[in-house]
Amino acid sequence: MKPGKVYPTALRAVEDVFDGAVVMLGGFGGPGLPQSLVKALIEQGARDLTFICNTCFEPKPDEHDVARLVDHGRVRKLITTFIGRPNQEMPALDLWRRGKIEIEMVPQGILAERMRAAATGLGGIFIPNGVGTVFEDGQEKRTFDGQEYILATPLKADFALIGAHQADPLGNLTYRLTQRNYNPTMAAAADVTIAEVRELVETGEIDPERVVTPGIYVDRLVVAERGI
Amino acid sequence: MVKERLGRDIIAMRVAKELPEGAVVNLGIGIPTLVSNFVAEDKTVGYHSESGVLNYGSLAEESERDYDLINAGGQFLQWVPGMAFFGSEEAFAMIRGGHVDVTVLGALQVSERGGLANWMVPQRGVGNIGGAMDLAVGAKRVIIAMEHTDREDRPKLVKECSFPLTGRRCVSLVVTDLAVIEVAPEGLVLKEIAPDWTPEEVQSLTEPKLILAPDLKEVEL
Repeated sequence: MKPGKVYPTALRAVEDVFDGAVVMLGGFGGPGLPQSLVKALIEQGARDLTFICNTCFEPKPDEHDVARLVDHGRVRKLITTFIGRPNQEMPALDLWRRGKIEIEMVPQGILAERMRAAATGLGGIFIPNGVGTVFEDGQEKRTFDGQEYILATPLKADFALIGAHQADPLGNLTYRLTQRNYNPTMAAAADVTIAEVRELVETGEIDPERVVTPGIYVDRLVVAERGI
Repeated sequence: MVKERLGRDIIAMRVAKELPEGAVVNLGIGIPTLVSNFVAEDKTVGYHSESGVLNYGSLAEESERDYDLINAGGQFLQWVPGMAFFGSEEAFAMIRGGHVDVTVLGALQVSERGGLANWMVPQRGVGNIGGAMDLAVGAKRVIIAMEHTDREDRPKLVKECSFPLTGRRCVSLVVTDLAVIEVAPEGLVLKEIAPDWTPEEVQSLTEPKLILAPDLKEVEL
């Protein structure tokens, strides 16, 4: 067991996120989005970051998400599945048109599976999604049992910022309802995983059968700021 | 005189009839979301969402919102008995693994052979793929609920999709504000038609040649 996973502040927990780092950010909309960690990262100042996350909508003053980081000029590349609503203009699109950021669009299931490949030590996986679409361009294709598949390569990160419900000091995590989303996969697909939880409890207080993310995947823990 | 077309609720009502008893169903954003409002009360349908929930219920009133419980469109859901929660990798494994019986999606274009384009308008430069590509390939049956024509009244049922594809040969049925059309091996079969519309009028707003079903009838709700 690694000692001292619990950090006193979100800012301390993200202190070593370096310029140019690849960062996974959990959450599907609000549930599971580690807002204290995003807020701390804005304060910390790292630049040229690549973010792997589900969506990027327009920045909202009361929500600390990837759009705020884009708005602060910290993002060089977004690997995501959804950029705003179809007819919506927003900073990320404007920056993309001016060549200031890159956007890589990935279908949700492929995003999850590419991260899972990294998380589980696989060199690549063959998936049926995207065959006959722009997503097969340049990818290796194979036919198994009469069906075509395209190669998806592992997607890993330097850091994963994830959100969960409860943690114990060993880093075991529980989630509530739809809070889980990409968080357990991201936790296992990054070199350093930083989890933000609502509540830190004593070792033994979490029913071991309720643990979704075992502590082996979690390096740092912070308790969410009040009101976030 | 401009003829009246079916409203969004009527399209949703017609789609609801297609859901078999006991089916696991995934509803996309837009008209598809409305479908659950019109499923007969004596029919049991389990709803699946990419946000990681199975057997969810209605949308939550503002007073009963739980911040951690949303559907894929980000709308808050009610707490109902029988829900199951899982992560995204499992939500998509369920879809890809063929465990979702029906998905209802919106579309920008549907081709004669069942190709679907619904994630990108090329002029915008960046699309929104979300989970549509996974659903198009993985769901056992893909039903499209959409307006028959676009804002400039151009056909959305086309010979070949000019917008980027979501999936090829994946659509089974298209329910529009003018017609119910089946994608059959021989082409698009006009099965039901909106009241007061003639097959010729629907054909004039459809790019591929429609095959008239022998039992062509008015849209049945």
